[in-house]
Amino acid sequence: MAMDAAMIERLIKESLPDAQVSIEDLRGDGDHYAAHVVSDAFRGKTRVQQHQMVYQALLGRMGNELHALALQTGAPED
Amino acid sequence: MDNTVHERIRQDITDNNVVLFMKGSPVFPQCGFSAAVVQILSHLGVKFKGVDVLSDPGVRQGIKEFSNWPTIPQLYVKGEFVGGCDIIREMFETGELQQLFEGKGVPVRA
Repeated sequence: MAMDAAMIERLIKESLPDAQVSIEDLRGDGDHYAAHVVSDAFRGKTRVQQHQMVYQALLGRMGNELHALALQTGAPED
Repeated sequence: MDNTVHERIRQDITDNNVVLFMKGSPVFPQCGFSAAVVQILSHLGVKFKGVDVLSDPGVRQGIKEFSNWPTIPQLYVKGEFVGGCDIIREMFETGELQQLFEGKGVPVRA
C-alpha cells in the first residue's frame, strides 16, 4: 500500500509545525521513503524519542500503509 | 494488552544482555532491515539472542506496544530499547553503538 510524499510531509508538519522536512522516494514506488526531519521540538530528546514523535505524527500509518520510512532526525544547528 | 506476551518480552530482555526482535533468524533474516542490524552486530562480534517475530504473532504485535515503536527490528541492550534499523545504523557509523556496548559491559570485538 502506498502513501504519497506530500501526505507524509503534511502529517509531520501538523504535529511539528516548525519542522523542515525533506522526503526522498527511494525506489520511485511510493512505498520506500527516506525522510530527514529537523525541528526545534527534538532538542534535548534522544533519537528514540525523536523518532517516536515522528511516528506519532504519522498516526499509526508507519508499519501499516507505510512500509518503509528511513528516518533521520535532529534539532536545528545553532 | 496481553500481559503474558509482555511478561515474556520482559523476561527475554532481562535474561539476555542483547536481544534483537527481528523477522527471521540471525542465520536467515527474512527482511533487509533485520539483516542489516544482524550484520552490524556480527561485525562488532556482539553475542545476541534473536527473537523471530514471524514465528510468533503475539510477540510481533506485543513488542510494538511494549516499545511504543511501530517497526521491526528492535534492539534491546541490558533491558533498554536502543532503537530500530535507522538508529542502529546511524549509531554504528558514528561509533556511538560501540561506546554503548562498552559502557554497558558488553564485549565488542576490537
